[in-house]
Amino acid sequence: MSGTLVIGATSAIAEATARRLAERGDPLYLVARDGERLAAIAADLAMRGSPRVGSERLDANDLAAHEGMLDRAERFLGGLDTVLIAYGTLSDQRACEDSVALTLRELHTNALSVVALLTQIANRLAGRGAGTIAVISSVAGDRGRRANYVYGSAKALVSTFLSGLRQRLSRHGVAVVTLKPGFVDTPMTAALEKGWMWATPERVAAGIVRAIDRRAGVAYLPAFWRPIMLVIRLIPERIFRTLEL
Amino acid sequence: MTSRSVSSWGNVTRAEHALYRLRSRFDRFPQVPPGSTVLPYGNGRSYGDSCLNTGGALLETRSLDRFIRFDRDSGLLACEAGVLLADILRFAVPCGWFLPVVPGTAYVTVGGALANDVHGKNHHRAGTFGRHVHRLELLRSSGERRVCSLEESPQWFCATVGGLGLTGAITWAEIQLRRVPGPALDVETVRFANLDEFFALCDDSDREFEYTVSWIDCLARGPRLGRGLLQRANHIESPSRGRPAGRRLSVPFVSPVSLVNAATLRVFNTLHYRLRRTARARGVADFQSFFFPLDRLRHWNRLYGPRGFYQYQCVLPGAGGPDATARLLETVARSGLGSFLAVLKRFGSLASPGMLSFPRAGVTLALDFPNKGPFLERLFHELDEVVSAAGGRLYPAKDGRMPGALFRSGYPQWTQFAPYIDPACSSNFWRRVTEGA
Repeated sequence: MSGTLVIGATSAIAEATARRLAERGDPLYLVARDGERLAAIAADLAMRGSPRVGSERLDANDLAAHEGMLDRAERFLGGLDTVLIAYGTLSDQRACEDSVALTLRELHTNALSVVALLTQIANRLAGRGAGTIAVISSVAGDRGRRANYVYGSAKALVSTFLSGLRQRLSRHGVAVVTLKPGFVDTPMTAALEKGWMWATPERVAAGIVRAIDRRAGVAYLPAFWRPIMLVIRLIPERIFRTLEL
Repeated sequence: MTSRSVSSWGNVTRAEHALYRLRSRFDRFPQVPPGSTVLPYGNGRSYGDSCLNTGGALLETRSLDRFIRFDRDSGLLACEAGVLLADILRFAVPCGWFLPVVPGTAYVTVGGALANDVHGKNHHRAGTFGRHVHRLELLRSSGERRVCSLEESPQWFCATVGGLGLTGAITWAEIQLRRVPGPALDVETVRFANLDEFFALCDDSDREFEYTVSWIDCLARGPRLGRGLLQRANHIESPSRGRPAGRRLSVPFVSPVSLVNAATLRVFNTLHYRLRRTARARGVADFQSFFFPLDRLRHWNRLYGPRGFYQYQCVLPGAGGPDATARLLETVARSGLGSFLAVLKRFGSLASPGMLSFPRAGVTLALDFPNKGPFLERLFHELDEVVSAAGGRLYPAKDGRMPGALFRSGYPQWTQFAPYIDPACSSNFWRRVTEGA
């Protein structure tokens, strides 16, 4: 029975994903910043069928704390097998434009801390010669747009980093899965108006579990985002810069 | 905060609402702009306007969907208020536990079941849902959190159970589940030729069976008035696990006209009544198909077309109940506005805990009607007079039109209830029935 380490376990998408894993009986080790909500989610997942649920508080921006957390997760799960990195903040683009500090903080949360974690996780799994690393990136990382290019560029860094990591680890038997959700109706996006393109966290979670099980490379969630983003990437800059996207 | 057009299950009223959301039981009550109001909103299965707050805001509670604890020996379950009854059953039935009371759909939240103090086919044995809730937490707009039970803050408990969400948001509740031998029920269906036969059947049925409910052919008149089928059932240890629920079907879009009309209804009712070759039939049913037959058809409310439908559910107390029931059925049959879902049940005498709980000892009749505007309202007016004369009342969870006076005479405790309303909370229903009082 394989266990999963979920980093950012209180995010709506991570919680929905963890429920699916719990219901099929996977052991879980949950990591998040908000200890109160983390404990509530851990209790819920144990009732939903996970035979063993461990948890600990972590601020992912505290890079020095990563190693100890990974040690404890590895001990609890009896070895790292599947890791899901699911945290992130939807940066306030307007505020970032006026603040270097805020911009760098957003890049640190959404990109650099992820890279720090991935570097350590990759070496641990490569050493074992097995496992799956799945990371929630975003369609926003496929092309910078005026509405959210700070968030988008952080996700672009993550996506590109994962692409290289996938090549490196494939010869070690480790799968690296880049998850690219589109618009998801979660607390992170509570301030945005919703339309037909919005998916529920449950639907995205189903796609995540499928991508992890299949050891997919890049998964757009839902899948209709793949052709949409292909078109968006193909638009020439000359035209793109004038678009109201 | 966003805004969205929201309608209730009956699809009669659709209105723009500002939306707030609670995502965990630790969240704070949202700040609504001064002068505006907010109403906790679960899964939106109330039929009329008791779950709407036009011009104001809704506080969505569906994301409060975590289990908190479960004692496998005592059956005491604690969970957040946005958990669906369907989720509880999915979790509890395999361990041999069941909800003490279930309404006609499992797609309601725990908070909604409490706020409407729902009842089920076992009312004569178990009373309402609220009787089995030991404790709940009420989150007020002031930020105050109050754990309520019959011992602790009993007045708040009794105001909140059946309180239509007006006392604040319920964040979690502790429910006493009951043991069952398995997922199946032994179901007997008995045909009755008229109302007298129905009431004669009730005594025996209520004594021998935990669950009883009847379907009435409300188009039948004269000597056949009140003919129908009584279903009565008990949980059993099933050898075969019963028949598993089939695939869920869905009504994909709102039908342009109501598919429920006089012509389709006459055919359905006659067939439904006649196709039983024997006066009695017995079989084993899975709990899903016995308790929640309509849950198999997602969005069944869309069958009623773009104008939606009304449900009329009343309780007629005391010795005059049977006569008043006959008068109601005569009035409906005469109008020709037949009801597809005509359900008759005798409530038991167990007291409901809520100040505004609907159930009380007597007969309850529930009828669905496609929305035909003033024509239908005239029929409702006639029905109201019968209910009022019988000292009865209507069910707020199903209502979108009862006159304020009928509400206030049926629920005289509403004046004791009013001081418990959260100053930030209101609903279309509440404004309507208290207007001019």
